[in-house]
Amino acid sequence: MAVETQVSSSEENGRPALDWQAIGRELFFTALVAFGLTFVLVGMQTADRGGELIIIPRFTDVVYAIVMLTLGRFGYIMLRYRRASFVLIASLAAFGLSFVLPFPSLFLETMCMVGGLLIALMAVVTLIRHRPGIDMRERDRAMDRAAARFQELSRFIGPILVVFAIILPFLPFMDRQYIDIATLLLMYIMLGWGLNIIVGLAGLLDLGYVAFYAIGAYSYALLAVSFDLSFWVCLPLAGVLAALGGYLLGFPVLRLRGDYFAIVTLGFGEIVRIILLNWYQFTGGPDGIGGIPRPSFFGIAEFLPASRDGITFAELFGIDFDPMHRLIFLYFLILALALLVNMVSLRLRKLPLGRAWEALREDDIASQSLGINRTNIKLAAFTISAAFGGFAGSFFATRQGFISPESFTFLESAIILAIVVLGGMGSQLGVVIATILLIGLPEVFRELEQYRMLAFGAGMVLIMLWRPRGLLAHRDPSILLHGRKGPGADRIEAEQKAAEATR
Amino acid sequence: MLNISGVHTFYGAIEALKGVSLEVETGEISTLIGSNGAGKSTLLMTICGSPRARWGKVLFEGRDITKMPTHEIVQLGIAQSPEGRRIFSRMTVYENLQMGAIRNTEDRFERNISRVFELFPRLKERRNQRGGTLSGGEQQMLAVGRALMSEPRMLLLDEPSLGLAPMVVKQIFEVIKQINQDDKVTVFLVEQNAFHALKLAHRGYVMVNGNITMSGTGQELLVNPEVRSAYLEGGH
Ligand SMILES: Nc1ncnc2c1ncn2[C@@H]1O[C@H](COP(=O)(O)OP(=O)(O)O)[C@@H](O)[C@H]1O
Ligand SMILES: [Mg+2]
Repeated sequence: MAVETQVSSSEENGRPALDWQAIGRELFFTALVAFGLTFVLVGMQTADRGGELIIIPRFTDVVYAIVMLTLGRFGYIMLRYRRASFVLIASLAAFGLSFVLPFPSLFLETMCMVGGLLIALMAVVTLIRHRPGIDMRERDRAMDRAAARFQELSRFIGPILVVFAIILPFLPFMDRQYIDIATLLLMYIMLGWGLNIIVGLAGLLDLGYVAFYAIGAYSYALLAVSFDLSFWVCLPLAGVLAALGGYLLGFPVLRLRGDYFAIVTLGFGEIVRIILLNWYQFTGGPDGIGGIPRPSFFGIAEFLPASRDGITFAELFGIDFDPMHRLIFLYFLILALALLVNMVSLRLRKLPLGRAWEALREDDIASQSLGINRTNIKLAAFTISAAFGGFAGSFFATRQGFISPESFTFLESAIILAIVVLGGMGSQLGVVIATILLIGLPEVFRELEQYRMLAFGAGMVLIMLWRPRGLLAHRDPSILLHGRKGPGADRIEAEQKAAEATR
Repeated sequence: MLNISGVHTFYGAIEALKGVSLEVETGEISTLIGSNGAGKSTLLMTICGSPRARWGKVLFEGRDITKMPTHEIVQLGIAQSPEGRRIFSRMTVYENLQMGAIRNTEDRFERNISRVFELFPRLKERRNQRGGTLSGGEQQMLAVGRALMSEPRMLLLDEPSLGLAPMVVKQIFEVIKQINQDDKVTVFLVEQNAFHALKLAHRGYVMVNGNITMSGTGQELLVNPEVRSAYLEGGH
């Protein structure tokens, strides 16, 4: 801010004069912060040498990091002073140098490359727009508009995505790995949609959603292994048991509000995991449950090379056996389950129950004074959402063939919650996009190994910086009289924008 | 219609109502005046069962509702416009009104909403606008309109004039009178704006520190020297 005011006071042929003192100060602080951040995290590597933990100093890395960050900041400052062509040349030079210079690690080299490109991009934007970057307010508004437009289009985007999802497994490049990733994505999308009912619709912060997922998975596994029931019998049973879990938990917990509610659900998630871990006779404890039967083709045929007491899928359709058949079947199974969840949520929204959730989320005292039974309404959200978590758990169990408490940690709840929140609470399409960003990208960049989680974290930070209310947080009135664009609708929109801006 | 006798309500250890008794007659407008923190809102909320009275009784049409769950009390035909309006700010005016009718059957909806639009033409103009973007007066109209959507026999209003311009206050009080006379809705009005409230009301009560200290017809209280000096002179 301070720099900008100075900028306008002393102009020098259309460009502000450089205030070296201020620049020096800013660069110094940048270097200081960079040092603080990198000294321990980058500068010290721990290694196990003969059972003893030693620290290997990597101070060259630290120096490289600090120099790079400071130079980057310098470019950024120069852009503020509108020395864009200089910055463009310098950043492209840095980009080129990254291929030549002997960097101590691949990571630093990548950072130099990416950073150089990023700053070059900013310089280009400045050159085109004749002012530094895009300012925050304008960007927010542009993104709001884009999100609103996107949601308007979601009527078309939804069906297009469904069609795409249906033909996806038959596309030529889809190999085993891609089908697996797509299945994983759909699992998280389904979980996201399930949790969206509690968090997005009813407005209750549930930090223990994984509990229902776990109950579903274990119900399925135990029923299938001990009683030899088929997937098609176990699936609804697991859903019912998870729903029962949601109902029982809901009773005591729903009296609590806000933070207290969140903490108790967090506790519930952990309790379920710890019971699974310690009740050895029943759940197998840390050993988990293995040999979970795979689903058959609707109880008609098996996905096996040969079957003794039935026919195989390949025989049924007179085709050659291919292990991909089962994977594709699993993919379609989770696609169908996810779409079921989506359809139920969308339908519920329009019913009085959905309206009551929305009212409760906005103002629970007002809702109560309108005769809404808070406990029942919240309990309904909890139970329905838990059932869907249970379905997802069953699917997980049958897909993996093996489950253990390790799959149901708090991290899992946190990821699902992040998907819902980052997607824009209550937005179905938002969940899809957030899943692709948070689960899909790290999967695709699996080669980056330990930097995968870094990408996950960076993704979250970026979304929170740019879209703090979530990617698609925009609520359309569920009904508008006289169609979407009645007389005065534009004016009303404008008024709302103005009122929201001043808030 | 509403009989409150010896009601004590607590917030934790704090006794907000210290044995309140009053009566609201069918077809009348009764008002409760008192300064900030006297316990007026607490009494309205206690009628609806949240918080609940620890001792004492609340009777509605002779029926004991002291221990009834809030949503059941509301279904008996009591509607409330709570303190601070509490409209749903992200919903449109029309959706807010729909929420008011959430416990009602569909067939009465059209009739009720046209009545509300008749009482508040402003709301009709703004029906597609989001609640949060309405002016204070319009929000208050919406809060009253929303309460009316459930076709109540008794309407509880908590400080409808709070923070509104005198012109708007007059308008709102005019509508309250209409609701009472034309729609035969019994009204229990809580107000700090004692002058307007007492002028409108058939019967008035004064609350100080969780106790009812005075009662009488609206006219009696309006000319009462104690009421005048405490609530009417200086500013009103
Ligand atoms: N939720 C609450 N928790 C604790 N004390 C409260 C709460 N609400 C009100 N009080 C206290 O109860 C008393 C009565 O408050 P209230 O009924 O809101 O008064 P009024 O509506 O007449 O201004 C006040 O002393 C207030 O501080
Ligand atoms: Mg009050």
